[in-house]
Amino acid sequence: MPGPLASRLPAGLRPVGPLWRGASVLIALGVLAPVLSLAWLAAGSSLAHWTHLLAHVLPSAALNTAVLLAGVGAMVLVIGTGCAWLVTACDFPTRRVLHWALLLPLAMPTYIVAFAYLDLLHPLGPVQGVLRWMLGYDSPRQWRLPDLRTMAGAIFVLGLVLYPYVYMTARAMFMTQPAHLLEAARSLGETRWGAFRRVALPLARPALAVGVSLALLETLNDIGASEFLGVNTLTVAVYTTWITRSDLAGAAQIACAMLAVVVMLVLLEQHGRRHQRFGSAQRMRAIRPRPLQGAAAWGACALGWLPVLLGFAAPAAYLAWESYKRLSLGGGVSAGLVASLANTITLALGVTVAAVLAGLVVAWAVRHTASTVRTPRWPARLASLGYALPGTVLAIGLLTPALGLDALLARSLGLPGLPLMAAGVVLVAACAIRFLAMPVGGIEAGLARIPPALEQAARSLGETPLGALRRVHLPLLRPALAASALLVFVDAMKELPATLLLRPANFDTLATWLYAEAARGTYEEGAIAALAIVVAGLLPVAWLARTQLALPHVDALPAPE
Amino acid sequence: MSPPLPPDARTAPADLRIARLRLAYDTPRGPHTVVDGFDLALPAGRIGCLLGPSGCGKSTVLRAIAGFEPVREGEIHVGERLVSSPTVHVPPEARQVGLMFQEYALFPHLDAAGNVGFGLRRLPRAARRQRVREMLALVGLGDMAGRYPHELSGGQQQRIALARALAPAPALILLDEPFSNLDGATRERLTAEVRDILRAAGQTAVLVTHNAAEARAMADFVGVMHGGRLKDWTATQD
Repeated sequence: MPGPLASRLPAGLRPVGPLWRGASVLIALGVLAPVLSLAWLAAGSSLAHWTHLLAHVLPSAALNTAVLLAGVGAMVLVIGTGCAWLVTACDFPTRRVLHWALLLPLAMPTYIVAFAYLDLLHPLGPVQGVLRWMLGYDSPRQWRLPDLRTMAGAIFVLGLVLYPYVYMTARAMFMTQPAHLLEAARSLGETRWGAFRRVALPLARPALAVGVSLALLETLNDIGASEFLGVNTLTVAVYTTWITRSDLAGAAQIACAMLAVVVMLVLLEQHGRRHQRFGSAQRMRAIRPRPLQGAAAWGACALGWLPVLLGFAAPAAYLAWESYKRLSLGGGVSAGLVASLANTITLALGVTVAAVLAGLVVAWAVRHTASTVRTPRWPARLASLGYALPGTVLAIGLLTPALGLDALLARSLGLPGLPLMAAGVVLVAACAIRFLAMPVGGIEAGLARIPPALEQAARSLGETPLGALRRVHLPLLRPALAASALLVFVDAMKELPATLLLRPANFDTLATWLYAEAARGTYEEGAIAALAIVVAGLLPVAWLARTQLALPHVDALPAPE
Repeated sequence: MSPPLPPDARTAPADLRIARLRLAYDTPRGPHTVVDGFDLALPAGRIGCLLGPSGCGKSTVLRAIAGFEPVREGEIHVGERLVSSPTVHVPPEARQVGLMFQEYALFPHLDAAGNVGFGLRRLPRAARRQRVREMLALVGLGDMAGRYPHELSGGQQQRIALARALAPAPALILLDEPFSNLDGATRERLTAEVRDILRAAGQTAVLVTHNAAEARAMADFVGVMHGGRLKDWTATQD
């Protein structure tokens, strides 16, 4: 905790001056700038705009968004909680692998799964072909599956990819629930199901709220899957209002409506985090998984692997097969796709450097201002709110200040056009704002583990504050910095909505390349682009599996006495 | 599997008989036996105590009586009912055996009344409220019904845990090191209080402790566990 640690430092040893504090406040305000600009933009437009939106756009888009959020919320809650409890409370073949494999759909951006399923379940695609062959039909005119391009299809696809958010938080919570609470419930007459329902589930409620709200924020951020599947959500409405109708004020107004939903979800998440003390309230003897035998064991195994199969294995195998076909048939990789890959890596590197540096400044300043400022953590809190802003909202909000700055630069330096937009600086800034929460949180946690005595020792040995940061903290923070950088890098690689809206002219990333292919209905190289994103996405999943869901205290359980 | 009896039936305290009990847990190198050839007989309405150092297997015996450990050999009878053997395993919720945990295991999301009433779900609401009031009064915490576990002291938590275990009127109650988390003075006072409460309820109880003075102060029968067996199971003199 930064507060108490810093307050123990004598004034002369306090290593952070007003410059750090000022920089951290500026960064925090930078995160807030798009929201303020959005409100200003929306309020400044004419009332006729609002009337038009209220009559023709908002009702259907808001209803679609509400139904999508409710459906995805219910689906991720059931799959995430069910799988987490299954691998916590039961032992069956492959449980140890399933335990981390359930995270794999996190590597799949929503638009990629939608892209893969649209092709996989196409009336002329492999799945329906096999089903028709088995049922003895010859053509799709005789028999076909219902169209995936519906609200139900969108809920199915998004739910399959986003359930790991609930799985991860619920699993972590169940792993820390003391076994004796469930045993107490059993000794008081509850069955296994009753003990789960009356004790384990209520205790996990804060974690479930956090997981569901994160999944719903991702749903709100999604543009590709909703658009591919023909569901006109608020996010899609923002995009089409701006790009198709060139109506920035209208887009800003819809984005404001989205912000209201975001605020509700963030409040739900904060509320959940506030009550997380439930998890570690008592001394710990973890729940021992009950060995299942025979049909029950194989049934649990099948049930547990189903979300992994549908949310990851099937679409990933399909993409791999399509990529193989493309490459083995001599189609090769076009220069455009190679350029997109290079652009993606450049963008992701730029975002990573910007976000990690900004995160370091905020976390360092916050750690060392506790003794002088009453609410030292607000810059960190504000800087972390970017994760809740959907990419489209962020892009629209950032556009006006960015254009203003660009015009100023162009005038004062005599540059042509929009220098910051054209150089991709605005896009990097938008992505850095969106992903800043990861380095801020990671570095804050890393700093909290470094005792203040180390700083004092370095200072007493003649180091300046900056020298102590460079020679003591940065080496010790290496794991936290690397983890944050990895998470930001991969998320920036996958980012679609803000990139679509803020990219320089003729600049494609793998995500926008794939989006364009799907929009055109041409899938030639889309699979290769999608596969590259998925392979990159596996890296943070492996890291999460290692750090967040490490198993030792569950399986190497001590005997009761 | 027998269904649980409704708690308002106020089950008569039952005797406990354990014969040739063997308990083991699985390790990567095969089963490790912790209790072997364990015999015990405790008459109804009496308090028995298993005394022994940490790791001697006494808590494992308690967990086996409660139904949380499988029995490799031998039998456990509660009253006339066989509850555990290598071929019979009555689930914990159907045994009518209350268990008070060393860590109390109070549900942090429920207040004191919610905890005490947890096992009384099958009672009508009014009867449940009445029983909760009685139990809270019995342990001297009638004014603490709305407090959550983290708002209670260690001694108060211990008494709520006892009230919760007693509320469904189990045939037998098991207490696993119930005073180990308390300071010396509180422990001494509560030892006497708990004994009086159990005696007033005419409850059959088995207590596990490593404290000989506590054992003698509370129990009618005391036995020492050594090498997985029970030695010197004898009546104490009041």
